[in-house]
Amino acid sequence: MNNIGLGDGSQTVSLVVLAAMLTASAMGVVLLQNIVYAAFLLGATFISVAGLYLLLNADFVAAAQVLIYVGAVNILILFAIMLVNKRQDYASVKYGALRNVVTGVVCLGLFALLGVTVTSTNWAIAPNIAKLPSTMVVIGQHFFSDYLLPFELASILLLVSLIGAIVLARREFIPDTFKVDLKVSEESLELLEKPKEQLTASK
Amino acid sequence: MSLEPFLIIAAALFCIGIYGLITSRNAVRVLMSVELMLNAVNLNLMAFSNYLDSASIRGQVFTIFVISIAAAEAAVGLAIVLSIYRSRDTVDMEQFNLLRW
Repeated sequence: MNNIGLGDGSQTVSLVVLAAMLTASAMGVVLLQNIVYAAFLLGATFISVAGLYLLLNADFVAAAQVLIYVGAVNILILFAIMLVNKRQDYASVKYGALRNVVTGVVCLGLFALLGVTVTSTNWAIAPNIAKLPSTMVVIGQHFFSDYLLPFELASILLLVSLIGAIVLARREFIPDTFKVDLKVSEESLELLEKPKEQLTASK
Repeated sequence: MSLEPFLIIAAALFCIGIYGLITSRNAVRVLMSVELMLNAVNLNLMAFSNYLDSASIRGQVFTIFVISIAAAEAAVGLAIVLSIYRSRDTVDMEQFNLLRW
């Protein structure tokens, strides 16, 4: 039930291929030890989701997904991995493997519950799918008529989160005019940073 | 093709995201799992929009809002992770136990 010009068989094959790619890369994101591989597989997950959006007649949202998620969010995650890249082995926590197994069982149970709910409900599916000239035009009409307030609030939220992220992640450098007596050698080329007060960790 | 395969795929992605959220020890991987869960929710919204509401595609409008809010949340979350790393020199989730009793 799609308005794409593909035949029914091609759509089914595309769905199976995209679903397999999506599941495999999502499992890779959560299971791989190397976090950089996980971040790249996250990009593959986002691309498969964009492919599924194309199968759902959503051309604009598929393009927006690739632009925003793959182009911005994934790159941001990769930069964050680069900046917090400390090669250390984590100290093993007791019952660590047991915790993972229990979590896996709970997640499988949740998936079974959702699957049973999905297959046993009579969804009131419309008999045929409307052929819109352009989804982008309809989305634009929604954004400026009945979804105007959420649209404006989303822009304010993006502004607030931009300022918040900058304030949280900035470093306050001590300017050169102050002569501060810190234990830094004369030949060091590091920019002196104002030390932040820290809470002590409990042990 | 019907509605149900898309809903089952979205449910699977959501459960994989929950598993990653609970079991990850790296804080950045936790944020990646949250992005997986948000994508699962988006897929659900788009599937319902296509099969139940294809004239006025309100599910797609909602999806665009979720995408923008997820991007904002990823930025702020990673800024928090960076700030924690600067003060604690680790991103191991087991070490962030200040609020534990």
